[in-house]
Amino acid sequence: MSSSVKIKTLTIDERQVGAREDQTILDVARENGIKIPTLCSLKGLSAYGGCRMCIVEIAGTPKLLPSCMTTVEEGMVVTTNSDRIKKYRRSLLELYFSERNHVCSVCATNGYCELQSMAQEVEMTHVHFPYMYPQLDIDATHERFILDHNRCISCTRCVRVCDEIEGAHTLDIKDRGIDIRVITDLDHPWGESETCTQCGKCVHVCPTGALIERGKSVGEMSKRKQLLPYLTKMREAHE
Amino acid sequence: MNKKLTLATLWLDGCSGCHMSLVDVDERLIDVAGIYDIVFSPLVDVKEFPENVDVTLLEGAISTDEDVEMVKRVRKSTKTLIAFGDCAVTANVPSMRNQFKVEDVFKRGYLETTPGNDIIPSVNIPKLLEKAYPVHNFVHVDVFLHGCPPSADNIFYTLVEIAEGRTPELSKRARFG
Amino acid sequence: MTPEEFKKIGETHQKKREAFKYNINVCTAAACVSLQSEKVKDELASQVKEQGKKESCRISGTGCLGLCASGPLVTINNGQALYGGVKPGDAADIVKSIDKKPVKRLEIPADMPFFARQTKIALEHCGNTDPEVLGDYLALEGYEALYNCLTTMQPVEVIDTMVKSGLRGRGGGGYPVGLKWSTVHKAVGTKKFVICNADEGDPGAFMDRSMLESDPHSIVEGMAIAGYAVGATHGYVYIRGEYPLAIKRLKAAIKQAERQGFLGKNICGTPFSFDVEIRLGAGAFVCGEETALIASIEGKRGTPRPRPPYPAQYGLWGFPTLINNVETFANISPIVRKGADYYASIGTERSKGTKVFALAGSINNTGLIEVPMGITLREIVFEIGGGIIGGKKFKAVQTGGPSGGCIPDEYLDMKVDYESLAQVGSIMGSGGMIVMDETSCMVDVAKYFMDFCRSESCGKCAPCRVGTAQMYNLLNLISEGKATMHDMELLEELCDVVRNTSLCGLGQTAANPVLSTIRFFRDEYLAHIKDKKCPAGVCVIEHKEEAVL
Ligand SMILES: Cc1cc2nc3c(=O)[nH]c(=O)nc-3n(C[C@H](O)[C@H](O)[C@H](O)COP(=O)(O)O)c2cc1C
Ligand code: SF4
Ligand code: SF4
Ligand code: SF4
Ligand code: SF4
Ligand code: SF4
Ligand code: FES
Ligand code: FES
Repeated sequence: MSSSVKIKTLTIDERQVGAREDQTILDVARENGIKIPTLCSLKGLSAYGGCRMCIVEIAGTPKLLPSCMTTVEEGMVVTTNSDRIKKYRRSLLELYFSERNHVCSVCATNGYCELQSMAQEVEMTHVHFPYMYPQLDIDATHERFILDHNRCISCTRCVRVCDEIEGAHTLDIKDRGIDIRVITDLDHPWGESETCTQCGKCVHVCPTGALIERGKSVGEMSKRKQLLPYLTKMREAHE
Repeated sequence: MNKKLTLATLWLDGCSGCHMSLVDVDERLIDVAGIYDIVFSPLVDVKEFPENVDVTLLEGAISTDEDVEMVKRVRKSTKTLIAFGDCAVTANVPSMRNQFKVEDVFKRGYLETTPGNDIIPSVNIPKLLEKAYPVHNFVHVDVFLHGCPPSADNIFYTLVEIAEGRTPELSKRARFG
Repeated sequence: MTPEEFKKIGETHQKKREAFKYNINVCTAAACVSLQSEKVKDELASQVKEQGKKESCRISGTGCLGLCASGPLVTINNGQALYGGVKPGDAADIVKSIDKKPVKRLEIPADMPFFARQTKIALEHCGNTDPEVLGDYLALEGYEALYNCLTTMQPVEVIDTMVKSGLRGRGGGGYPVGLKWSTVHKAVGTKKFVICNADEGDPGAFMDRSMLESDPHSIVEGMAIAGYAVGATHGYVYIRGEYPLAIKRLKAAIKQAERQGFLGKNICGTPFSFDVEIRLGAGAFVCGEETALIASIEGKRGTPRPRPPYPAQYGLWGFPTLINNVETFANISPIVRKGADYYASIGTERSKGTKVFALAGSINNTGLIEVPMGITLREIVFEIGGGIIGGKKFKAVQTGGPSGGCIPDEYLDMKVDYESLAQVGSIMGSGGMIVMDETSCMVDVAKYFMDFCRSESCGKCAPCRVGTAQMYNLLNLISEGKATMHDMELLEELCDVVRNTSLCGLGQTAANPVLSTIRFFRDEYLAHIKDKKCPAGVCVIEHKEEAVL
């Protein structure tokens, strides 16, 4: 980072904060201890902007913007937690739960799941939209990992880590709309993959029980959250 | 508080685990008994669901035509209806059959997993709905007490809050699963 | 090439045409081609030969004349006679009658309101030139605007002309063209790009296709002028793969322009260089969204990304990129030629100029029209459109496709401009206009568009991915008479969530057809829910005994 980087001042939730001009609202908020819920963003991976949980209000802009991908501007006035935003976040989370089949009590990540914790964070006590109950597969062909589409929220963290950090590009997304799916290679069973290095990074960045290690039963699958920050640090040190 | 409130508890498509958790309230059960009269429960011997119940803890999902009848009757006679546990709130474990057709579920349940059996019973058992549903799909629910099972602390807290005339704030306390 | 030189080519062409007493033009745009207009053209040519009229008659193809529903269309000397529904077998009679009375049974009055009420700027050449012949374009002052810009105007002056003209983007959003050009002009970048968005994916829309088929050079010229104005040297046309004829003609036009030095290095002998490449779209509606389109050209999965940053700052491969719609580009050279003031004199206070619409639905004259902004819906439907088929009762007009809304008869006298349409819950959109009569069910219409949105959602963001699917299911329940008022509340709530939290325009506008039909036709929703009836008789509602539930 060159020393010519400019500093901007802005207001987040009525607090004056300073930021480098290339920082996102989310980064600055976190530095200042202001919590904004996120599902798709993960430090060390490219930004995606798809989960919409991190939306914030910016004075003078009618649209809600994702704080993970909006860079700061001088004099910006940001609200991260108005009643309106809180209501939208809850509705969004309900849509996630209604989309696929989440049965926490029998899930390997029960107790360790970011989606599950998010329900508490955004104060969701039940889902008032109809559940869709899609019939989905579980790919258990890999000798070490399992991909359970019932629990996937299509955040693409796994796809990004596999591509950007591991460089294997085993994982990808196919189809569109409600039919989108995480796939391995060209939609062949994971166990047959010749590109997968079995590094397990996808499993540990997955926020839910969609990617788990084989043999983990209910509530046993905690994720190594420090994996990615560690790798990123090692990389930076190397450069 | 002078007059005790009436409390009913029942389970529909649930595993009784939530009721076990209720019992886990332990010595505080005495406090509960100090505020509530239990007027209907699998734990007490009353056949008909009574009228004018103040609070009902309803465990389990709605899975059969009889469950639907029951939940409607419960709603009619209850002031504060609590969806008690994940099965009541989300349909939880019973909903695991919802991806499949009822016929296929029957086939799997009675035929494929029971060697030698070649009939699917159809008389004298309640008719299975197409899917297992959360309670709020059929009736208005006043309080969602989630968790599988909900913790004894949360159950106790909920009952006390209602008795004190407050709305229990469970969104930050309780957790699915 | 100097202007004198290309004027000469134009004049030679003009003379060639004028050497014939009768120029017989056959529409060879897609709708007419699908009705065998190529055969009609061949048959006319052989009849001319057979009847010994080769000296006086010239047969050529032209672009779309607009009245596509009455195709194939044939004109003689641009309006002296206009024939519709021409079959190859009619060729003999047409040629026979060429110097006598027109063939009665085929005649369409050229002064009918359909033609008389239009103002053609973007479509100025559609139907009176051969889209495959550069000379035809040159004969009509083609590429003069580009030449004049390059030789007599500074880029900022060109931008200024756009600002003064008041032209707004015709791709749907209506963003001021001058402002966008100026942003790209000012943006810092070692390279800049111009992209023409020809992904046209709204159901029923064919404005862009028609313009590319009928007058491809005007798009190429518009892009080159834009390139000069913003400082770009490279252009892309992102066009739907399902438009083979448009692709073929655009390709030919680019080749011709390159050969004559209107594209390529040192255009018209000036320091300005600009080339244009074609990129084929994969057929996803969302690829028309600018950031998805850019991702697609870059070879990535065609999904949108949040804006800002806008493409004007950070576009194709990270370089400042100007992206405009086909119709927007078609307006550029006429504005330069005729002047910004002329363009700005047409239209309303904030919506200047003209707009092309594809008229469809229950209306007598379906086809392509260009009308001045500020015209009323009534004029479009009942004068230009010739009213409702079979004299049925008008019910609503849908504008803006899956992002727009249904406008009921109480607003028929409303002026058509960006603001008015938005005020009644619809949008100008890219130009689809579907007229509906009393036999249309508004719940069914909303369901149709939601079905479109849910299957075209790219799935990147949850509100659109799940929300459109949920809304479709609810609309389905309503149309089947199985919904309750609670479902209606859920539907309205979802409209709000999806509109406000979705990432791109698709999700942000997906609720519009639902919201506008609820706003103006709430009764119809209630009839389905409460009375279990479809007033228009479209939805099939089974009246079964109450099930166990
Ligand atoms: C889902 C979606 C689809 C779109 N499709 C098109 C399209 O087919 N053609 C088009 O010109 N613009 C389309 N747009 C608008 C473009 O994003 C962009 O605004 C436009 O091309 C800019 O050109 P203009 O300023 O000349 O209108 C679409 C937008 C969205 C959100
Ligand atoms: S993935 Fe998370 S939210 Fe889904 S069932 Fe498992 S623990 Fe529950
Ligand atoms: S284990 Fe590693 S290589 Fe294999 S899919 Fe996951 S991230 Fe990619
Ligand atoms: S598998 Fe996990 S990481 Fe990958 S998209 Fe699904 S939820 Fe996200
Ligand atoms: S919520 Fe859990 S404990 Fe309660 S009935 Fe259902 S499965 Fe049993
Ligand atoms: S709004 Fe719809 S189309 Fe747009 S990014 Fe989100 S899912 Fe994709
Ligand atoms: S964290 Fe910002 S959109 Fe997902
Ligand atoms: S295609 Fe021939 S008139 Fe439109």
